Amino acid sequence: MAKERHPLFELTAMRVREFLREKEAVFWVFIFPVLMTFALGIAFRNTAPDKTPVAIEATTGASETAQLLSRSSEITATVMSPNEAAQALRSGKVSIVVRPQNDSYDYRFDPTRPESRAARLILDDVLQRGRGRTDVVKTGEEKITEPGARYVDFLVPGLIGMNLMGSGLWGLGFTVVIARSRKILKRFAATPMRRSHYLFSFMLSRLVFLVLEVAAVVVFAWLVFNFTVRGSWLSLILITVLGGFTFSGLGLLVAARPTTIEGVSGLMNFIMLPMWLLSGTFFSSERFPQVLQPFIKALPLTALNTALRSVMNEGAALSSLWIPIAILLAWCVISFFVALKIFKWQ
Amino acid sequence: MSTQTSLDAPSATARTAQRIAVRCEGLVKRFTDVTAVDGLDLEVFKGECFGLLGPNGAGKTTTVEILEGLTAPDEGSVELLGQRWNGGGDDRALRERIGVQLQETQLAEKVTVMETVRLFRSFYKRGHSVDEVIRRVALEEKRNSRVGKLSGGQKQRLAVACALVSDPELLFLDEPTTGLDPQARLSLWDIVEKFRTRGGTILLTTHYMEEAARLCDRVAIMDHGKVIALGTPAELIESLGADQVIEFSVASALADDALKTLPAVKHLHKRGEIYALTVSEIGVALPALLAEIERQQSEVVTLTTHQATLEDVFVSLTGRMLRDG
Repeated sequence: MAKERHPLFELTAMRVREFLREKEAVFWVFIFPVLMTFALGIAFRNTAPDKTPVAIEATTGASETAQLLSRSSEITATVMSPNEAAQALRSGKVSIVVRPQNDSYDYRFDPTRPESRAARLILDDVLQRGRGRTDVVKTGEEKITEPGARYVDFLVPGLIGMNLMGSGLWGLGFTVVIARSRKILKRFAATPMRRSHYLFSFMLSRLVFLVLEVAAVVVFAWLVFNFTVRGSWLSLILITVLGGFTFSGLGLLVAARPTTIEGVSGLMNFIMLPMWLLSGTFFSSERFPQVLQPFIKALPLTALNTALRSVMNEGAALSSLWIPIAILLAWCVISFFVALKIFKWQ
Repeated sequence: MSTQTSLDAPSATARTAQRIAVRCEGLVKRFTDVTAVDGLDLEVFKGECFGLLGPNGAGKTTTVEILEGLTAPDEGSVELLGQRWNGGGDDRALRERIGVQLQETQLAEKVTVMETVRLFRSFYKRGHSVDEVIRRVALEEKRNSRVGKLSGGQKQRLAVACALVSDPELLFLDEPTTGLDPQARLSLWDIVEKFRTRGGTILLTTHYMEEAARLCDRVAIMDHGKVIALGTPAELIESLGADQVIEFSVASALADDALKTLPAVKHLHKRGEIYALTVSEIGVALPALLAEIERQQSEVVTLTTHQATLEDVFVSLTGRMLRDG
């Protein structure tokens, strides 16, 4: 019954079993990303654009102003005392405050807030027209909601990228360090097992889970948010595999020497934290200053997120993604070989 | 083969070499604060069970891990089954021929007995079937149990099973019964004895003298990284020049000098309230002792006698108990 199989098979099977029998790990890798997609997808779902909240300071002319603004469907205006208005602006309840003067208006707003800048334009337009300004040129509008341009469409590839990073680093880092601290690595070193088999079994087991991890999020997003992958599935698979391998390599690297869980946790946070913030999982990394961009683009998670978004949202071909692919490959190969070189077996 | 040496010498050397499973010379291993192994020479013959006996911290584990090729010695040489560790591909061939149980290994808890053995089996080109090994360590009923659910003794038997999967010529066991209850210890001894009966060579470390006395053909007593005595258990006990030990306590302290000069007394050791006299003829020593206690106007509180053991050898060599560490 118990036939001898290839050590690589047995080692990989062991990885898979150990993972599946660890309930917490299953939650973090499969359930958590789905919950995250759901929560964020709901929070940022596309509804009718909100009306712009405006405060009118209660001075002479306030009621006329309020009447003027009530004609616009884009604005909800409230008359408040100057103090209340200032407070409402500070706390973000209104985007802009308008103070009617004798025959003019003063706007108070924070120009660093995008919604306030937009509010100023809308408010000004409504007031000017209400006071008799006419359009010089006739304009037409075509309103569209493009699937692929919603926040959830932006979010899903980012979550997949973040998940690949997390499960690669945690999955490998912890398993290896626990095996080292329990002297299982030392025990293996006392057998004729090939060391590369041991390390490679991690890559293979990641491959098994990677498919499920990605599928869980994509299928969920498709069912609940009507998310679609625009590019080819083959490109998507190739990029996720490359991403999975890259973070497995990094996982091996961080786990190459520490002997305690505390030690490896510190290292992992040190590596993951900048990427959580900078690599454009929840918002575009383009928002960071220009000086930082070369550094941000060289991070593996940025490269992975860029490649995933290009394929999933824009339907890009692999050939157009050679830069992020090259960045991922470089991280993957370098970290795996450095890990192999400095790996401590006891 | 065209050398001028006599015909007899090389063949005699070769014959000896063939009989030797483990040979190490001048082993030294220093750690930052301590010299764990301090110039150690050992020879283990094929087919024997050889014991490294010593207190905790004597350097037993370091020695064994050097022999197993897991730790590099600072000085000295190691030869296992006629081969040296050289850091190359030959090492893998040597690992095929030895079985190892490490003192501190805690096998993964979420996998079953059979899965664990099957994993270790897959590392070796040849060896027993998984079922056979599980049978040898008497874990058939636990084959589908998870490692985390096993008792201490069962875990230790599983560790030995992992060392036996390759049907090794040479088996290293590092404190295989430490922390086990007597029943579990007996069943492990049984496995070791069966392996030896089939012609296997065993090198085991222990700080239990009764384990060494029961299992080992020869014993090296280690202390502070050195071998301080070597021989069969019987030879070592004989070296005390005594075969009985009287242990007693008394109501009021006695003068030591008077005890040492009693007839047939070879050695006196005091541990707290307990006096231990190593004696050659109990029939002579015991009446003399009782008379002496009475002469010193004291009274016996407890008194036992036993056959001298390896523990007594260690005490007489170092003045300490094995368990004192």
